[in-house]
Amino acid sequence: MSETKIKITNLHKSFGKKVVLDGINLDVKKGESLVVIGGSGTGKSVLIKCIQGLLTPNEGSIIIDGKETVGANKKQQAEMHSKMGMLFQGGALFDSLTVWENVAFSLIENKKMPRKEAKKAAISVLRQVGLAADVADLYPSELSGGMQKRVGLARAVATKPEIIFFDEPTTGLDPIMADVINGLIVDSVKSLGATALTITHDMASVRKIADKIAMLYHGKIIWQGTVAELEKTDNEYVRQFINGSSHGPIKVEI
Amino acid sequence: MSNKIELFLRALGKPLVKFTMRLGELTLFIGRSIYNCITPPFYFKLMGRQFMDIGFYSLPVVGLTTIFAGMVIALQSYTGFARFGAESGVASVVLISVTRELAPALSGLMVAGRIGAAMAAEIGTMRVTEQIDALVTLSTNPFKYLVAPRIIAGIVVLPILVLIGDVIGIFGGYVVCVFKLGFNPANYINSTLQNLESLDIITGVVKAAVFGFIITLMGCYNGYKSKGGAQGVGEATTNAVVSASILILVFNYIITELFFAK
Repeated sequence: MSETKIKITNLHKSFGKKVVLDGINLDVKKGESLVVIGGSGTGKSVLIKCIQGLLTPNEGSIIIDGKETVGANKKQQAEMHSKMGMLFQGGALFDSLTVWENVAFSLIENKKMPRKEAKKAAISVLRQVGLAADVADLYPSELSGGMQKRVGLARAVATKPEIIFFDEPTTGLDPIMADVINGLIVDSVKSLGATALTITHDMASVRKIADKIAMLYHGKIIWQGTVAELEKTDNEYVRQFINGSSHGPIKVEI
Repeated sequence: MSNKIELFLRALGKPLVKFTMRLGELTLFIGRSIYNCITPPFYFKLMGRQFMDIGFYSLPVVGLTTIFAGMVIALQSYTGFARFGAESGVASVVLISVTRELAPALSGLMVAGRIGAAMAAEIGTMRVTEQIDALVTLSTNPFKYLVAPRIIAGIVVLPILVLIGDVIGIFGGYVVCVFKLGFNPANYINSTLQNLESLDIITGVVKAAVFGFIITLMGCYNGYKSKGGAQGVGEATTNAVVSASILILVFNYIITELFFAK
């Protein structure tokens, strides 16, 4: 049995009186690709931000590589972040920097790689995600949405991280471009041997990326299983979600 | 009756709690900013870019403001002094007004409008588009990368701007006195040099450094804490300029009191 890379126990997070995460328990094994599904506003982004230390949980434990990260100091957090990569929903590319400077950001700032060498490395990673070298000197605002996602992916994998987070990787893309991005995510994760945690509500993404799926509802993980189990499950919450039906136990507040 | 009292206390308490929280948040922000300004690593390249943005590109605005301020103070003091036959005091009044008050205060206010707003908008946009979160996930401290270079540049560059503003402002007074009011150029320059005191210049420079800190701090703080989308960034921009402008006027008085109160 492979070792646990991320272990989340009894995680709680509230904003004022609004309870967002209400006792999450979740394990992600090393090299596994876990996809967390759930409707909008169910706390998927909050969960990923808690794991990354961008938000502090009210209660609970997050252990990465055997080390507790809740309450970790700045140095420990920086060490933890050096093992991680993240593809943000909107790309979150630095618009004052060129594409290659975005991709090579961590190589230059943290690994102190000379700029010339870093540019070469960035162009090589850009090629891996299907972008030509002439894109390197453009600014993010000059790129299409799909190209920005690719650059975001290149930045996430440039430092060869052990854990990669994907926040709604296909949101805002057409189905064909979404499939291309999904394919690139699978290739990047497998070639690095990384552990991946994705949050999405795009079922095509789920079926392509996931080794394991967890469904978040009302701040709790209500179901976990593989893609094959997802198709066969009789959990009515999961069935309603994957069928995209407005009828069922999940009530949408209008 | 007790219900009304409760409602009144609630109405009073809610903004008070909010204000106290905001004050605490700002104090922590100032503490973190100062700590990150004085501890390595330093991003010199980013600091250089801020020197250009805050200093070099503000020169036309500061130059225009101070030259007209110097000109108007020459004209106003001449009309006043002429009633008592004390026209020779105009050069001295221009010198003191420009170096102690007009150059630092007007430059501060103009830079607050130009730079404070731009900083809040840039950092606010970075906040709402998750670029600040991205910095953290790339093991980079946003305070070191975004806040410290701006604050250091503000503290260093504004005094230089004010010194340049002093010269331009005094020149404005000279232009009006010599070309409009018929003063003797040599006498005017002599009178200016004789009345020049280092304390006047020092006061202006100290004020400028404090204003530089206030402008960049308010720009960074309001941008960093902005929430929501375009509306949040808009509010942050307005708050940055308004709060910096008010604080500049308040600290202008406090520093003047510290230097000159007997």
